[in-house]
Amino acid sequence: MQQLEEKNISQVVINYTPKDFDSGEEPRWCPGCGDYAILNAVRSAFAELSKELGIPKEKFVIVSGIGCSSRFPYYMNTYGMHGIHGRAPAIATGVKVANPDLSVWVVTGDGDGLAIGGNHLIHAMRRNIDIKILLFDNRIYGLTKGQYSPTSVMGQITKSSPYGVIERPVDPVMLALSQGTTFIARAIDRDIKRLTEIIIEAGKHKGTAFIQIYQNCVVFNDKAFDDFAGKEVRSERVIELKHGKPLLFGKNLDKGIIIENGRPKVVKIGENGITEDKITVYDETDFYLNFVIATMHYPDFPEPIGIIRRVKVPTFEELLYNQIEHAKKLKGEGNLQKLIDKNSWEILPS
Amino acid sequence: MEESELGRKRKLEKVTVKFAGDSGDGIQLIGSQFTVSTAIYGNDFAIFPEFPAEIRAPAGTTYGVSAFQIQFGAIDIMTPGDEPDALVAFNPAALKVNLNLIKPGALVILNIDEFDEINFKKAEWNSIIKGEENLDEILSKYEVIKVQMNKLVIDALKDVNLPHKEKLRSRNFFALGLVCWIFMRPLEPILKFIKENFGKKPEIAKANELALKAGYNYGETLEIKHKFVKIEIPKYKFEPGKYRYVSGNEAFALGILAIKEKAKIPVVFASYPITPASDILHYLESYRNFGIIALQMEDEISAVNTAIGASFAGALGITATSGPGLSLKSEGINLAVMTELPLIVIDNQRSGPSTGMPTKTEQTDLLFALFGRHGESPLIVIAPISAGDCFYSIIEAAKLSIKYMTPVIILSELYIAMGSEPWKIPDINKIPDIEVKFWKDGSKFYPYSRDENTLARPWAKPGTPGLEHRIGGLEKSHIYGRVSYDPQNHDFMVKLRAEKIRRVQTDIPDVEVYGEEDAELLVLGWGSTFGHIRAVVERAREKGWPVAHAHLKYINPLPKNLPDILKKFKRVLIPELNLGQLLLLIRGKFLVDAVGFNKVTGTPFKESELMMAVEKELMNMEKEGKLSKPIHIQEGRFEEKEKGGAVKHATA
Repeated sequence: MQQLEEKNISQVVINYTPKDFDSGEEPRWCPGCGDYAILNAVRSAFAELSKELGIPKEKFVIVSGIGCSSRFPYYMNTYGMHGIHGRAPAIATGVKVANPDLSVWVVTGDGDGLAIGGNHLIHAMRRNIDIKILLFDNRIYGLTKGQYSPTSVMGQITKSSPYGVIERPVDPVMLALSQGTTFIARAIDRDIKRLTEIIIEAGKHKGTAFIQIYQNCVVFNDKAFDDFAGKEVRSERVIELKHGKPLLFGKNLDKGIIIENGRPKVVKIGENGITEDKITVYDETDFYLNFVIATMHYPDFPEPIGIIRRVKVPTFEELLYNQIEHAKKLKGEGNLQKLIDKNSWEILPS
Repeated sequence: MEESELGRKRKLEKVTVKFAGDSGDGIQLIGSQFTVSTAIYGNDFAIFPEFPAEIRAPAGTTYGVSAFQIQFGAIDIMTPGDEPDALVAFNPAALKVNLNLIKPGALVILNIDEFDEINFKKAEWNSIIKGEENLDEILSKYEVIKVQMNKLVIDALKDVNLPHKEKLRSRNFFALGLVCWIFMRPLEPILKFIKENFGKKPEIAKANELALKAGYNYGETLEIKHKFVKIEIPKYKFEPGKYRYVSGNEAFALGILAIKEKAKIPVVFASYPITPASDILHYLESYRNFGIIALQMEDEISAVNTAIGASFAGALGITATSGPGLSLKSEGINLAVMTELPLIVIDNQRSGPSTGMPTKTEQTDLLFALFGRHGESPLIVIAPISAGDCFYSIIEAAKLSIKYMTPVIILSELYIAMGSEPWKIPDINKIPDIEVKFWKDGSKFYPYSRDENTLARPWAKPGTPGLEHRIGGLEKSHIYGRVSYDPQNHDFMVKLRAEKIRRVQTDIPDVEVYGEEDAELLVLGWGSTFGHIRAVVERAREKGWPVAHAHLKYINPLPKNLPDILKKFKRVLIPELNLGQLLLLIRGKFLVDAVGFNKVTGTPFKESELMMAVEKELMNMEKEGKLSKPIHIQEGRFEEKEKGGAVKHATA
């Protein structure tokens, strides 16, 4: 307790280290859980964002729902609300509209964000409210001990699907694209350097930022992403998207993606007359290209990682506050007595 | 009723008038204009509009009937009236659905041009279609004025450059003109309204003005040809001051603006469209220039959670809904109970369960508001007693919600949400500020420490250096606010949250008894039935019956003095528009042998049926020897004759 109290004393200089974002609460995740890596990445990213954007610690707010991932706010020394199942985007929307000066983050999971809270996620995305949504996707329900989730794959054996999952999974990135989300990225928990970079970019974005983070559940769905995310295979099976750069991958960057008849195709440089200048250059603002790339998944294609889409669009709260200012100009600052007196009549003393 | 000495004008103390027609006939418009004219004339009044559930029901059908009822008078008017003394029916369907509702001998004004075979068919008036009875027989009990409104309007508008069909649309103003003549209402405020609202379409403005005047002049010809007389309703002695009329929904919206002004913090109103609460959202969205943040969310759940998020961030979060939406908000409200954040939830009750009858009124969410959440989940429940009271109730809710860091449910009801009454305009400067104390001191901050009087925890808003903290739905340790599964801590916190709400008693007024001195039967009501019950108890007392009235606006916690009040009476009668929810609470909490008077027809009480319930209970008490003095009520004696009276007698 003593330690907690001391930590809460205000720090004036904005020169935080990741440790400054440690609340002192000991995380209760299973040993080896991917959430630890994400926690470290977020602490590092926040320290960096503070410096770059001048955001003091007290202006960070983290809102979560329910599930393993949603314990996250307790471990961050910021303002935080551990909400109810699926509703974090709604709570975060309230925080942001009430005080647009805050940097508002949502931590959710594949069950919390895509099943019970799917509706709020969709509407936050289409509004482009300036909140950053980190979706920890482990393709399983962890806290309820191992049922299949909306991103579980066909045939996946879980406690609630002993004969295999017979539902097709949600593709969170495609969902985000369909809602016009202005920042969409995908990251892998164990690639902590890249993950940190992406979180920083999300933090700098004005508008809804959505990051799908492949996160390993060591207990109920271990190695779910190892086929492409494993360190030894990653360079061959993952493609790093870089705005303005050709879509190259492979240990020696000797493979690439070209778009042929509107579809992605894996090619090898040097084969069939393919040279590097034939490789499609990635443009994070080109919706059609974003869409085509988002259709790619391992094993048919390398799994795309990085910033899939980033565009500048006015945010919801900007439009809202502009409308308020506009209404004030149009009608004059509201006068309650005048409004109430409208259509009134007077009874004079007789 | 008494005859005026001046001549043929008749005087009535009060009268109830109903306009009924197709939803496209402009009934609500003329209803509201009649109300404005009545207000300016100087009568007290209460109104109740009735809308069909369908947006554009097929014309001429009974389920497409829209209506507007107003009671006005020289005396204190507390309800929109039981049975209308006068009905204006624009078509057979409007007559058919209202025929059983009007007073015997009532004045019935028909647009006879619409009473043709096609419209009788649309109204499915089979007995007339088959020739088993005719309109005159059906209406033999009433004073009927058949007016060829279509023809008269077309004649009056012969110089107006509008197509025939457009001209007919002014029929409503013709009818309004006629009714204004009958009840001696001034036309000036209506003419002013026409000028202001149709000014951009001069031909339509002209048509409405001509139709209004033609209707009024038609009254004069009635007087000459049929010796029909005007009816005078003497002015009501209003307390001097400024008045307007206000519906419950508008009063809520104005109250929310007042909260923003008086609490000096941002107010975030997040809501999802639902009948009959959507109007609050409409009003607030139109008040953008007041700096109010009004949001239409994706669903009821999002609305309440957005409001909670706003409160966490240091604004006051408010949401409004009706029964089905309250069901969806239960989990969110519980989060506010657990995180101890301010939150106001308006529930405009409507007929349930499920979708029920969305345009009909009921008081059936009382127990749900109190107990409809999992776990021990105490919160404040306030039930406004009239449309104008919605304004004060929500300001009070804000004050208590912030002071005690707790959600408040406001249990209003369709009847007062949509109904209106004259409202003495408050002086905004005289409304006291709402005190808001945000915690600032980082050196002494514990998120679940307590104010020793209110037991409220500190409100520490994000952005304040040094107060970074985490709250949430998990049980927290006392003072420190860390996640806690400790059994003793949970037991302590459950009791603490309950005790916090109990302490709100010190901030709410005692319940007042009307007519306490000698009474033996207490009529105890809550919320929107105030006007009906008070009107009936007033009349019962005029008869010398030992009856008193107490009305609960604060449902949780209940007023401190309520147990003592209940003990003073030999019997407590609890009328409610449900199957006995307050009754269950009162019996359970205070071991009082209260009895209920209940109905769930989707309509407000009638004064007559409430009067009979009072009468019946007094007779029971007399039989049981529980009355100290005999009161000599004869069974079935009660009749609605004493005041008002049917308009029929007004013809010479």
